[in-house]
Amino acid sequence: MKAHRRQRLIIILVLVALAGVAIGLTLYSLRANMNLFYSPTQISAGEAPPGRSLRAGGVVRDDSVQRDQQTLDVTFTVTDFEEDVPVHYRGILPDLFREGQGVVIVGTLNERGWLEASEVLAKHDENYMPPEVDGALKAAEARKSIPSSGAVTGGNDERI
Amino acid sequence: MLIEILPEIGLYAMMLALAMALVQAIVPLAGSLTRRPLWMSYAGPMAWGQALFLLVAFVCLALGFLFNDFSVDYIAGNANSQLPWYYRLSAVWGGHEGSVLLWSMMMAFWGLAVSVFSRNLPRDMLARVLSVLGMINAGFLLFILATSSPFERILPAPPMEGADLNPLLQDPGLIVHPPMLYMGYVGFSVAFAFALAALMGGRLDAAWTRWARPWTNLAWAFLSVGIALGSWWAYYELGWGGWWFWDPVENASLMPWLAGTALMHSLAVTEKRGGFKSWTVLLAIVTFSLSLLGTFLVRSGVLTSVHAFANDPSRGTFILVLLGLTVGASLTLYAFRAPRVKSPLGFGWLSRDAMLLFNNIVLLVMTVTVLLGTLYPLILDSLNMGKISVGPPYFNALIVPLTVALGLFMGAGPVTRWKQMTARELIKRLWLSAAVSLAVALMIPWLYDGAWSLPVSLGLLVAAWIVVPLAREPLILIRRFGLRGPGKLSRSHYGMVLGHIGMAVTIVGVTMVSNYDHADNVRMSPGRSVEVGGYSFTMTQLNETRGPNYLSDRATIRVTQGDRLVTLLHPEKRFFTTRRQAMTETALDNGLTRDLYVAMGEALDDGESWAMRIQVKPFVRWLWLGALLMAAGGILAVCDKRYRHRSRTRQTMEARA
Repeated sequence: MKAHRRQRLIIILVLVALAGVAIGLTLYSLRANMNLFYSPTQISAGEAPPGRSLRAGGVVRDDSVQRDQQTLDVTFTVTDFEEDVPVHYRGILPDLFREGQGVVIVGTLNERGWLEASEVLAKHDENYMPPEVDGALKAAEARKSIPSSGAVTGGNDERI
Repeated sequence: MLIEILPEIGLYAMMLALAMALVQAIVPLAGSLTRRPLWMSYAGPMAWGQALFLLVAFVCLALGFLFNDFSVDYIAGNANSQLPWYYRLSAVWGGHEGSVLLWSMMMAFWGLAVSVFSRNLPRDMLARVLSVLGMINAGFLLFILATSSPFERILPAPPMEGADLNPLLQDPGLIVHPPMLYMGYVGFSVAFAFALAALMGGRLDAAWTRWARPWTNLAWAFLSVGIALGSWWAYYELGWGGWWFWDPVENASLMPWLAGTALMHSLAVTEKRGGFKSWTVLLAIVTFSLSLLGTFLVRSGVLTSVHAFANDPSRGTFILVLLGLTVGASLTLYAFRAPRVKSPLGFGWLSRDAMLLFNNIVLLVMTVTVLLGTLYPLILDSLNMGKISVGPPYFNALIVPLTVALGLFMGAGPVTRWKQMTARELIKRLWLSAAVSLAVALMIPWLYDGAWSLPVSLGLLVAAWIVVPLAREPLILIRRFGLRGPGKLSRSHYGMVLGHIGMAVTIVGVTMVSNYDHADNVRMSPGRSVEVGGYSFTMTQLNETRGPNYLSDRATIRVTQGDRLVTLLHPEKRFFTTRRQAMTETALDNGLTRDLYVAMGEALDDGESWAMRIQVKPFVRWLWLGALLMAAGGILAVCDKRYRHRSRTRQTMEARA
């Protein structure tokens, strides 16, 4: 084998090895850092694993926001108008957080079924509904309009 | 009279521009294939006409905004008569329709610039380049006219008042951020067009890379500034004090930047050494495709993000088709033409060629990492496999070590020799720099914080390792020629130096702010004070004020350090009356070594307390300062004499021939 050919072969092998390592590491950390989205209905049905970071979303129920008088603790309820999930958060809520507004929450579910929020996202355009929340609301709507015939297929099929 | 029909004039101008773009796309290319100079010469005038008519369209839209013509749907949706005039002007690109018009106008101006500054290109090459640019803009103009015309009227009953610009966008940062970003995105189309033209002509010698290099640098510089402005804007406008969120839209701009950085370096190898030829062509295609992908992600509404507004799905489909055609056609052309190009290149592992190769690999791995993290949720969602989001830990876990690897090659690269060198020589050139960098990296955390910290030292080591070896070349010249010595290095060399220093400065900023920042969310009322990061923050006043289109709660915060008054800060919470939307106006005291950051959260129930976010952010300015230095480096390299004297060398070559 000529010298430059061998060199080229080495280059290619190193490249392939590096790419392999990179893809492996990438997929590994992608798995470890994914947040799955759950709708309030899915959470009440016990589909969401407690203690793992997840995303949830829905509309903030009217008259549900309660602030602690001394600290920055706040509790509120998100709903898809079928099931409710109580949320606890400590800190400052975004400007567009409001009752009746669609929000996305990043957090973990504790044993009592509360969502401990680490982040509350309300989007920056008031006409804008986060797509996940929109999907969850439409799914709940659709289940309601079908008179309870046939088991509701839960799962991930939120898009109608 | 004329004012009333401005939108129609604008629309008509856009149609004319489309017609010209189509002519520019077809006729010169046909001319270059059939060797007809007359046909080829259509390209220049068409580029002029396209730029002129898009400028007319843009000015018509801008005038509509200035005169509050709310019979135009887009203007009514994004402006208000109480909006100050400068925001009414920047509102032109505050929404989807206007920003795609801006995109297209910039595209036309890049094409015009190519036709003006590349007169000494071979005629058929220029014809092909402009024809490719014409195709891209024709596609974009079709997209605008079919799905997103900014000139749609609301007739016969126009609203009396506009819905106002999104308050988040009423900010000086927004006036310049999108134009800069688009200049970058669109600018990469020039490198792309050169690459495709070279493929079509089968002329993949080093020449095309010399023509494409200044354009690529310029586009890259604009993109750097655009990204930095976006980050800076998010930092002070969103009220969180974060400067990078790994938001898909940020990623959309980072990917072309990473690929563009790889392209710049690969172009250097192709021009200087004739190596990496096919690779460079591929990178040019990839970079522009990523720019288009970025546009698609931002403009189609598939993402949950700041930039995603309620959107029309037909737009997403249109851009996706455009993206598919561009990528498909260019890769097909590449597949048929590229294998014919052989680059006989031999170089050792310790050579500048190899360093640049590694740099390219690392940058590309970074690009793929970001691409995967950004698209994975979209792909899963479209396959109905659940809705996920990929969080910052993923990106940080991968990008941080990759940046360290990149820094390693960035430090060694500039002192290596082309082709090959011995390990002994390389060590001889680098050991002192390594020692100095290590010493600096170990000492600074002690001096700054009184304690040693591994992440800080690592970050500073990388930064110092990038900068210190750059001093070698000027020092050698000073020793040999005295103080005039360093002037012998070319501008493009200093451009490289400046760009690398900029990267190091950004790394210092990231390292310091990530490790030493202090943040606290507190409850504050007049008279209360809190201690954050060695500063004492006291609220002295709380008033209500009134702006042109908003009401505001304004606090006065007195900041002291020991007994010394540092500054008075005035954070505000504004309530925009038209949109009934609240907005946080952050108060900042900025400095080279630290920012003080106070944002008002929300009014608490007792009526006089506010939730406040108080942060001390060391060296956060360095993040953006570094980006500006990088951009300056890119522009300095464009000013190199070599690119200006090209016409003369070409003339002499022709005279000889």
